[in-house]
Amino acid sequence: MAKVNALVLTGFGLNCDGETARAFELAGAFSHRAHINSLIEGSIRLEDHHILVFIGGFGWGDDHGAGVIQAVRLKTKLGDRILEFIERGRLVMGICNGFQALVNLGLLPGFDGDYQTRSIALTPNASGNFRDQWVRLRVNEKSPCVFTQGIPEADFPVRHGEGQFYAEDAVIHRLQNEHQIALRYALPDGSPAAGRFPYNPNGSVDDIAGICDPTGRIFGLMPHPEAYHDWTNHPDWLRERERARREGRPFGEGPTVGVRLLSNAVRYMQGK
Amino acid sequence: MPSRLEIALKDQLVDAEGEGLRKKTRAYFGIELDRVRVVNVLTMDVDLAPAQLETIRKDIFTNPVTQVSSYRPLSVDGDWIVWVGFRPGVKDNPGATAMEAIEDLLGIRLGGGEAVYTSKRYCLSGRRLTRKDVEKIAGELLANDIIQQWRVWSKQGWDPTVGIGVIVPKVRLNHAPTVTVIPIDSDATLKRVSDERHLALNPNDTPVIRAYFSDPRVRAERAAVGLTDPTDVEIEYISQARSDHCNHNTFRGLFRYREAGGDRSELVDNLFKTCIEAPTLELVEKKPWVVSVLWDNAGVGRLDDKNYYVITGETHNSPSNMEAYGGAITGIVGVYRDPLGTGKGSKLVMGSYGFCVGPRDYAGPLMPRLHPRRLLDGVIEGVRDGGNKSGIPTTFGQVIFHPGYMGKCLVFVTAVGVMPAHIGGQPADQKQTSPGDLLLMCGGRVGKDGIHGVTASSEVFSEHTPAGHVQIGDPYTQKKMHDFLLEARDAGLIRFITDNGGGGLSSSVGESARFSNGAEVALDQVPLKYEGLDQWEIWVSESQERMTVAVRPDDAETFLSLSRKHAVESTVIGRYTDSGKLHLTYDGKTCAYVDMDFLKSGFPQWEFEAEWVAPEQRGLYEPVVKCPTDFRNLLIDMLQRPNICSTEWITRQYDHEVQGTSVVKPLTGADRDVDSDAAVLRPLLDSMRGLAFAQALLPAYSGIDAYHMAACSIDEAVRRVLSVGGDWSHIGGVDNFCWPNIQFDAESNPDGKFKAAQLVRACWALRDICRAYEIPLLSGKDSMYVDGHLAGRYGETHKVSALETLQFAAISVVPDIARCVSMDSKMAGDLVYVVGLTRDELGGSEYYQHLGYVGLNVPRVRTEKFVSIYRAMSQAVAKGLVASAHGVYRGGLGVHLAMVALGGGLGLHVDLRKIPAETVERNDTVLFSESAGRFIVTVDPRCQVEFEDGFKATPCACIGCVTADPVLKVDGLRGEALLSVSISELKTAWKMPFGNLV
Repeated sequence: MAKVNALVLTGFGLNCDGETARAFELAGAFSHRAHINSLIEGSIRLEDHHILVFIGGFGWGDDHGAGVIQAVRLKTKLGDRILEFIERGRLVMGICNGFQALVNLGLLPGFDGDYQTRSIALTPNASGNFRDQWVRLRVNEKSPCVFTQGIPEADFPVRHGEGQFYAEDAVIHRLQNEHQIALRYALPDGSPAAGRFPYNPNGSVDDIAGICDPTGRIFGLMPHPEAYHDWTNHPDWLRERERARREGRPFGEGPTVGVRLLSNAVRYMQGK
Repeated sequence: MPSRLEIALKDQLVDAEGEGLRKKTRAYFGIELDRVRVVNVLTMDVDLAPAQLETIRKDIFTNPVTQVSSYRPLSVDGDWIVWVGFRPGVKDNPGATAMEAIEDLLGIRLGGGEAVYTSKRYCLSGRRLTRKDVEKIAGELLANDIIQQWRVWSKQGWDPTVGIGVIVPKVRLNHAPTVTVIPIDSDATLKRVSDERHLALNPNDTPVIRAYFSDPRVRAERAAVGLTDPTDVEIEYISQARSDHCNHNTFRGLFRYREAGGDRSELVDNLFKTCIEAPTLELVEKKPWVVSVLWDNAGVGRLDDKNYYVITGETHNSPSNMEAYGGAITGIVGVYRDPLGTGKGSKLVMGSYGFCVGPRDYAGPLMPRLHPRRLLDGVIEGVRDGGNKSGIPTTFGQVIFHPGYMGKCLVFVTAVGVMPAHIGGQPADQKQTSPGDLLLMCGGRVGKDGIHGVTASSEVFSEHTPAGHVQIGDPYTQKKMHDFLLEARDAGLIRFITDNGGGGLSSSVGESARFSNGAEVALDQVPLKYEGLDQWEIWVSESQERMTVAVRPDDAETFLSLSRKHAVESTVIGRYTDSGKLHLTYDGKTCAYVDMDFLKSGFPQWEFEAEWVAPEQRGLYEPVVKCPTDFRNLLIDMLQRPNICSTEWITRQYDHEVQGTSVVKPLTGADRDVDSDAAVLRPLLDSMRGLAFAQALLPAYSGIDAYHMAACSIDEAVRRVLSVGGDWSHIGGVDNFCWPNIQFDAESNPDGKFKAAQLVRACWALRDICRAYEIPLLSGKDSMYVDGHLAGRYGETHKVSALETLQFAAISVVPDIARCVSMDSKMAGDLVYVVGLTRDELGGSEYYQHLGYVGLNVPRVRTEKFVSIYRAMSQAVAKGLVASAHGVYRGGLGVHLAMVALGGGLGLHVDLRKIPAETVERNDTVLFSESAGRFIVTVDPRCQVEFEDGFKATPCACIGCVTADPVLKVDGLRGEALLSVSISELKTAWKMPFGNLV
C-alpha cells in the first residue's frame, strides 16, 4: 500500500500536535509534526505530504478572533502552495482552532471552487464561556465528506470558547442542500440536538459541528476526533469496561471511532 | 499620529459577551440592563500609511461575516458608554499579537516605540440606569483600578464624532538609568534605606551586610573594579535573596515551642530540615523511584525505565487578591516554568488548582478589595486562560469557601511534567553550568513588572507610570518558548536551565552561577519592554515568561537560530565564570560585585515563640445536640453546602483532556458530572503506564488542631490516588503551606505564638505521616502572611487571618491504566462495602459547621492501622476486584454514599448497623463523622469471596447493595428506615447552588 504522509502543523500556541500525530499513526499514516515556519521557509515541503492537518490549540492566543492570525500568516506566506495542494486532490483537515483557521482562510465552504472567500464564522459560544465536554455527533450519510464515510455516529469532546457556527441564511441553505454539513450535534439517542444546550454545546445554527467542501476533501470540525484515539479516552469507558466484563465480552478491541475517521482519509489517499 | 480602530459585531447578531455581562449585572448588583454591546478598540501607535491601515482593518481585524469596523467611532446604541483600557505598562497580550499580525501581513518590522493597545467600549442600554449604577458596573465588574483605567459617558455627553478620543497608554519614564551608592555607616541608615525602598530587610541581617561591605579584603577587591560602598543593585539583590519568599527563613527558623499548662517545651531548629528534608532523604534510600529531590525547581520521580515525571506546586495569593485574573494567570503560567526549568527541561503534562476564597454570597459589613464572588470569577478565568492557552490539561481542582480567606485568598497551582531519563546519553535530571558557558535569557522582555511585589500597590498612579506590580501572564509567549526549549533540549543544546520567577534574573543567575562558581552579566544587553529602567530594576524585575539558559559557545548559533524559528526572543546577556564572584556591568561599568558564597554564610536564623494551647484549654467542647429526626432534609441540605456541592461550572471551563492523555477525568459517572477521587493521565501515548494525581485541603480542622489538619489532608490525598488505581508503594507528595503571620506582636499579632505552634504541629504531622506512609516530599512551598486588613461598617479596620492551610498533593504511578477504577457505582446487585473504621470524630466536620459548631473530636490518622488497609485496597484495585472505589471525605459517609449513588445513577440500600465502627451510637455520627482511613467500595457478587479475603485482617464490611431503583435508602442503627430519597432529588440539590453558572 502507498505510504500516506500526514503533516501536522505546530507552533505559535497550537497544542494538539502530539495526539493528532499519534491518532494519524494509529490510522495508518506516517505523521510528521512540523513548525509552521519550517513549512514557510521550505525545510518541510507540502508536496511531500498527502494530508495537511490544522490542529487545535490557541494560535496567536486566539486574539482578534480564533484562527484569524494563523489564517493571515498562512495566506500571506503559503496561500498558493495550499491551493496547489488542494488542486492535486490531497486532503485538508482542520480541527477546532484548525477549523477556525480553515474558514478564515476561505478554504471552507469552498463553493464553486472558490477557496479564498470568507463566508463562515465560528463565533463565541452562546453560553459565553469555554467548555470541555463530550458530545454525541450524528453523521450526514449523504455528505461527500471523505472522513466520515461509513461512520453513522461518533462521540468526541469539544473544547472551545468560539465554536458557534454562523453564516448568512443563503450560505447555510447551500451547505444543507449540497450536504456539506457532515457532522451535527445530537442528543444521546442520535436525534438532532435542535439547539439544546449542552447537547449542542455552543449554539451553532442547525447543530453544525463540522462541514466539508463540495469535493469532500476539505473537512473542518469543532470536536476533537484525535482526542478519542484510545478506548480509555472516552468518559464512559470505565462503565463500558465493567458492563463488558459482566457480559463476558471483550472490551477495547479495534480502533476507536476517532481513529476510524482518520483511517478513512488515509485509505482514501492510499487508493489514489 | 495614532489611529483608533473600533470593531463591533453586526447589529443583528447576538453579542454573547454583552449578554454575559447583562446577566452578571443582574445577578451581582440587581441592576437591569436591556442590552449590552461590546466594541473592541485597537489604538495603534504605529506609523502606517492610510492604505496599510485599510489593509490591516479588512484582512486582520474585521471578520466580514460577523463584524463591522471603522477608524471613526462606530454608531452603537446605548444609554451609557463605558470605556475600559489598560494602564501604562500592563501586559497587553492581544496588543502584542496584533503587532505580530500587522508585521506579518504588511511584511514590515515595527519600530521600538511603536505599539498597539487594546481596550473595550461597552454600550449599556437600560431605561432606569443612573450614573451611579454605571459607575458601579464599571468599577466593580468591568475594570480593576490596579491595572485598568475607565471612563463613563451618558448618551447626552457622548460626542459621536470624537468617541472615546485617542488614549495611548504608553510608558514614558524619561529617566536615565542610574546606579546609586548606598551608605552603610550605621544599622539605622540601612534600616532607613530599607524602609524607603520597600526592601523589607530583616533588622538582624543589616549588621551582616554592613560587616561584609566593610571588610578590608572585600573593599580592596571592590576598589579594583571601581566600587566602594554597596550599590543599590547589590542591596536590592541581597534583600531579594534574603526574603522569606526566596530563602524560606520561617521554615528554616528556630522555634521555641511550649505547651501551655504543661511541661513540654522544645527547641525546634529548622522545620524544613527536620520535617521535610530528613524524612525525605531517609525515604530516598528506600524508594529507588525517587530520582531527584530537594534542590531543583521541581522533584523528579521515575515513570518507567526511560522516562521521569516532574512535579511541583506554587501559590499566587497576594497578587490574585489584588487583581484576581492577572494574579491567577500569572500563577499558573509561572508554575509551569518550574518543570520546564527542572533538569534539562520537562514537557508539561498536567496542571491543577486549589482556590480558597470568602463566601461567594458574602453580604456582611467587611469590605475586601474585591468581593469574593468577583475575586473567584477572576481567579477561575485566570487559571482557565493560563492553562487552556498553554495546551496543558487542568485535570484536578478544589474550591474552599471560608470567611477567613476574605483577608487574603489562596490560589494553589500544581504542575506535572515528563522528561526522558537520558538526553544524548546524559542523565536528563542533571545539569550544570561551567566556566565559559554563555548565559542566555529566553522568552519575554523586562519591564518594571513585579518589582517588590505588592508593596508598590499603595503608590499613586500618574498617567504614564507603569502599573507593573500586578502582572498578567502571557501563555502564548510561554507556549512558544516551551516548544522551542524542548526542541533545543532534545538537540543537546541545553547545559543548564532555570526559570525567572521571584527575584527575576537575580535569583536565576545567582542560583545557576553556583555550579560554575561565578558569572558576569551585562545588564545593558537585557532586552527591555521600554527604556528608562534602572540597573537594579533590570536585575530584580519579575517580568514573566523568561528562562535563563546556559549554552556552550559552540552551540550558541544553533540555539539562537532554533529560537528564531519558534519566534522566541533569546539573548546572550553574559557568561558563567569560576571567579567566585557575581559580576554585573552596565555599559562596561561594574555595578555589582559580590562573592558567590556571601548569601550562604553568616546570616542569623529567624526566631519564633510558639505556644500551643490544647483545644480543651481553649474552651472547645463537643456540642450538646440531640440526634436529628429528619435525615432526608439534613442530607439534602448538606449536599447544598458550598464546600460540598457541585462545582461543575468551574471544571468544564478547563480543558482537562488536551494532549490526549486523559484516562480518569475530573468528572465521571453515568451523567459525567460527579467529581472523581483523582485524575489519571497517560503521559506517554504509546505506554500503558499512568500517573494518578489528587490533592486535599481540609483547613476546617485547623480550628481544632493543625496537626490533625495536616495529617488528614495527607491521608485524604493518599486515599484519593489509591481509589483510582495508584500504587501504594509509589506515592510522592507535594506540601504547600499557606499560613497567617506567626511572628508574635502584642498589638498587631497577639495570637502569633499560637499560630507558630500550629505551624510546628502541622510540620510534625507532615513528618510523621509521610514517614509512616513512606511518601517522599518531591516538592513543596510555603507562603506566609495570609492576613488582610479589611474596612468595616464604621470606618474601623479588621485584621482577618486565613485558617492555617496545607494543600497536600499526591502523585502515584498506575502500572496499567486498563485497571483504573472510578468512584461511581456500576451495576444493580453489586455489594456495597465500607472499608475502615468509623469513629466519633465530628470535630471540625461539615455537619457541625452546618449546625453552627466546631466541636472537639477532630479526626485522627492512625497510620499503623491504616497502612494495612491501604495495602489491601491497592491490591484489590490492582486485581480488578472492585467495580468502584471512593474515599470517604468531607461530609462523611452520608455525603459520600450519596456521591457513589449519584455517580452510578443507581440506588443504594445500606444498613448502618453493619458499618465497621468504634464507640459510635448515633445515626448522625455514623453518617457525618469524617474519620480518616475509609473507603466505599462496590463489588461484583462474583468477586465477593476473593475481595473479602483481601480484607480479613482489616475492618471491612458489606453494608448493603446497589439497587436498580434509583433511591438512596438507609436503615438506622435500630433497624429503622432512616432515610429514603431519590437520586434525582439528591442530584438536583447538589447541583443547585452553582447550577446556573456557566
